[in-house]
Amino acid sequence: MSAPVGGAHRGHAKSAAGFLVDAERAAWHDRSLWFMRQKRDRGTAIAEWESLRLAGSALKAHAMSRLADLLEEFERRATANGVVVHWARDAAEHNAIVLGILHADGVTRVSKSKSMLTEECGLNPFLEARGIEVVDTDLGERIVQLAKEPPSHIVIPAIHWKREEIGALFHRTMGTPAGETSPDALAAAARVHLRDALLNAGAGITGANVIVAETGGVVVCTNEGNADLGMHSAPIHIACVGIEKIVATRDDVGVLLRLLARSGTGQPVTAYTTHVTSPRPDAAMHVVLVDNGRTRRLADEAMRAALHCIRCGACLNTCPVYRRSGGYSYGHVIQGPIGAILAPAVDLDAHRELPFASTLCGSCADVCPVRIDIPAQLLAWRARSAAAGALPSGYSTIFPFLGWVLSRLSRFERAARWARRVQKVIPSSWLSGRWNPWTRPGRTLPVIADETFREWAQREEGRP
Amino acid sequence: MFNAGVVTAARAAADNWVRASAPFDAIVMPSGSCTHYVRHHLPRFLGSDVAAHAAKVTFELCEFIAGPLGQPTLAGRFPHRVAMHLGCHAQRGLRLGGSSELHQTVSGPMHTLLTALDGLTLVPLDRPDECCGFGGSFAVGEADVSVVMGRDKLADVAAHDAGVLVSSDPSCLLHLEAVAAHHGHALRTMHVAELLEEATR
Repeated sequence: MSAPVGGAHRGHAKSAAGFLVDAERAAWHDRSLWFMRQKRDRGTAIAEWESLRLAGSALKAHAMSRLADLLEEFERRATANGVVVHWARDAAEHNAIVLGILHADGVTRVSKSKSMLTEECGLNPFLEARGIEVVDTDLGERIVQLAKEPPSHIVIPAIHWKREEIGALFHRTMGTPAGETSPDALAAAARVHLRDALLNAGAGITGANVIVAETGGVVVCTNEGNADLGMHSAPIHIACVGIEKIVATRDDVGVLLRLLARSGTGQPVTAYTTHVTSPRPDAAMHVVLVDNGRTRRLADEAMRAALHCIRCGACLNTCPVYRRSGGYSYGHVIQGPIGAILAPAVDLDAHRELPFASTLCGSCADVCPVRIDIPAQLLAWRARSAAAGALPSGYSTIFPFLGWVLSRLSRFERAARWARRVQKVIPSSWLSGRWNPWTRPGRTLPVIADETFREWAQREEGRP
Repeated sequence: MFNAGVVTAARAAADNWVRASAPFDAIVMPSGSCTHYVRHHLPRFLGSDVAAHAAKVTFELCEFIAGPLGQPTLAGRFPHRVAMHLGCHAQRGLRLGGSSELHQTVSGPMHTLLTALDGLTLVPLDRPDECCGFGGSFAVGEADVSVVMGRDKLADVAAHDAGVLVSSDPSCLLHLEAVAAHHGHALRTMHVAELLEEATR
């Protein structure tokens, strides 16, 4: 199961149209994300970039092909290191395990660094409903948490927030001076606010960017150091990990870290990168390994490679559709092109529009650090939607008709003649009415040529 | 139809086209998108020898002029400021142009043909390989995003003071022309075949 995001979802096209009503804001969103794409272009302009991508793709494919063995190896090593390893089949088991650990020690306050897995499992609302206070300590995540919103981007959760709006939010929730919009002042206030949460938490929850079978270690990357403060100041560290995060060796980690930071933000490496293998003396460390549909995805050969995703966010930043529709238009915990191929596996009917929220331009595949062929999977999901009778409205009537017309030359020629005549007799005001999605958002009707290419060629050559 | 997932409808049309294509040694398409479909999807989709043959002998127009015809440049004159838009399937599907994602500069057979023409100034775009927003069924299924993408593409062209927008894909042009006309852009949109014909006339 996945946590509902952004309330009742209206489908991508409708939500995107809503996002675009404020044209200036939408243009700002597009520019902000394009800036990230440009940082990625500069950061990845190194001679070995394409061989790094090949290596990343290969080591992930290798890890997925040996997933069960590697997970068991990880469990053996981690246990020997003094870590308690838990297995969760789904989100409910994951949440129950975390709650059990907290209850056993009477913990009521938790700090949490960024983890898309816990978003996927709906951990925050689950714990809060049971009287446990959860403070997200990544600055962007804290902003959306204070605003009672889900993240709109897997790497930059509050990318849709403007500086002035953050100032107003902090004024209301942290008591910063009214009208304060300086990033330095706002970050300083957040630092004080978060430090209190970090130092007084009974447990620190983190995600994991990579886990390593060879060492039994957990690798966590942040730019704010909040994960390190969280795991090292609380008496309990709980790392919540999707099982696809595993790699075989410590050498593999180096490849993925370079790919991750350069693709996500253009940095050579994240500011804080921690490889933690065992608990501190007098402290406890838990790793919760979560399946929640991942083994089902592994068994699905056409869609398997989506498990290689390292959540760098590059495909979101480059996607011309994501940039102009915003994270909430996807109605899923993972947004953008990668979200559009992950969500249908969770619930095809609920996310039937997502594989169509793409022009198949292919930019996502070319920036993907582990070379996931996202357009191929979008296409495969479209075909599955069609087979399951879950096409967006209109598609299931228009296309079979078009297929019928185009399956015989005489039919096509008749249709062309007919369309030409129709356009001449029917008033264009009616043809471009509100009902017509071609003209409604700002396009004129194309004028159908007086002759087809075939007719022209026959006339030119003077023979049939 | 194939790209919209409606494969049963696509099959009848594809069968018809493949049958018609069988007797030819070369098939030239004025569209990177169609060429990409024929070359990369049809053989597996139909699984027939005729489909495999069609995939082998089908070329995008500029690719055909530069490759099988052996004319990487044509002599001609086109004294205008021109912006080039390679459709995404020509760009990233057929690799008929350098891609910014791969740290390559704008290049390829269409680029070479255009820049060789006398008087033609090819203007650099801020986002030279950003999608124009057509995307087949996307143009109507996601009409709002589609039109904003088209407007942004045209704004990029206008910011560089190009009077002509040329593309190798009629479908991108269909969309961009319609967006430009609605917003009153004084821009001449041309297919690369039209431009080459006019330049070499």
